[in-house]
Amino acid sequence: MRSHNYRTAIISSLLMAASCAIAQSNTTTVGSALKGKEIYDARCSACHSVDANRVGPMHLSVLGRKAGGVKSYRYSDALNKSKVVWTRENLLSWLKNPEELIPGQRMGYAMDLAEDRLDVVAYLATLK
Amino acid sequence: MKSLILNTTTQPIIASRRSFMGTAGMLSAGAVALLAGKDSLAQAMGGDMSKDAAILNVALGLEHEAINAYQLGAMSGLLQKPVLDIAVSFQSHHKGHRDALIATIQKMGGTPVAEKKIDEYAKALKADTLKNQGDVLDLAARLELGAINAYLGVIPAFGSKDLAKIAGRLAADETMHYSILTNALGRPLPAGALTFGA
Repeated sequence: MRSHNYRTAIISSLLMAASCAIAQSNTTTVGSALKGKEIYDARCSACHSVDANRVGPMHLSVLGRKAGGVKSYRYSDALNKSKVVWTRENLLSWLKNPEELIPGQRMGYAMDLAEDRLDVVAYLATLK
Repeated sequence: MKSLILNTTTQPIIASRRSFMGTAGMLSAGAVALLAGKDSLAQAMGGDMSKDAAILNVALGLEHEAINAYQLGAMSGLLQKPVLDIAVSFQSHHKGHRDALIATIQKMGGTPVAEKKIDEYAKALKADTLKNQGDVLDLAARLELGAINAYLGVIPAFGSKDLAKIAGRLAADETMHYSILTNALGRPLPAGALTFGA
């Protein structure tokens, strides 16, 4: 009887640990659009707007768009020539190190924390 | 710090719309000396200068936009004294930044990005939605906060330490603007430390 309880406790612990790991995995791969909007407003909105070109191009429908794809915005040659499509993975890479993804681009800003990048990309994905 | 606050609150600033347009020449000289007056700057800079010039051009784009945002605020007729005087002063700082950035970009062999027409800024910033003084101050505060974070955010990207320092100085000016605008809006200052440039 004692052995059965012990086994049950171990299995419960393992299941709990697994569910925590899954939950953690989800938050670290998807991010929070709500937090992403806060970060976007504070750090991206100097140059970008959702629906207007400013110092940087608008972000409406950015997910799935080709880099340099906003016709009314004047991009660098690097962006114009790029074959990059803004998937989640490419957006994360861009925010981490824009120059590494598309050498010669003009954005001098990089987002240091992986969690922040995930949150911002989660927010960008909502801009449809 | 004290003199800056005194300048914005106690010194008489002629705040007509005409003077709003024409303060750059008067106020830019000191700021230009920060950047362009350092003739050794360009020679002393190592690394990829074209990259640094490109970053400065983004900064210049921000300054063009800020100047025009304050202009739109003044032209709206929504700003009352003494807020208008402070806005005039802040706009003059941005004109100083603009002139300094243009001079530096040129010294580095770059081509400064051109200012757009004010109508384009009005459209991008949705100036037609500004209905009262609070709306104008809110827009200004948002732009200043964005500029703070942008300037602090690009510091690691500069190849030149001199330019990184200048970005810090520009951010300091914007932080002063943001703090005063926040206060004018009756909003609390950030509760915690290290809220800028994260």
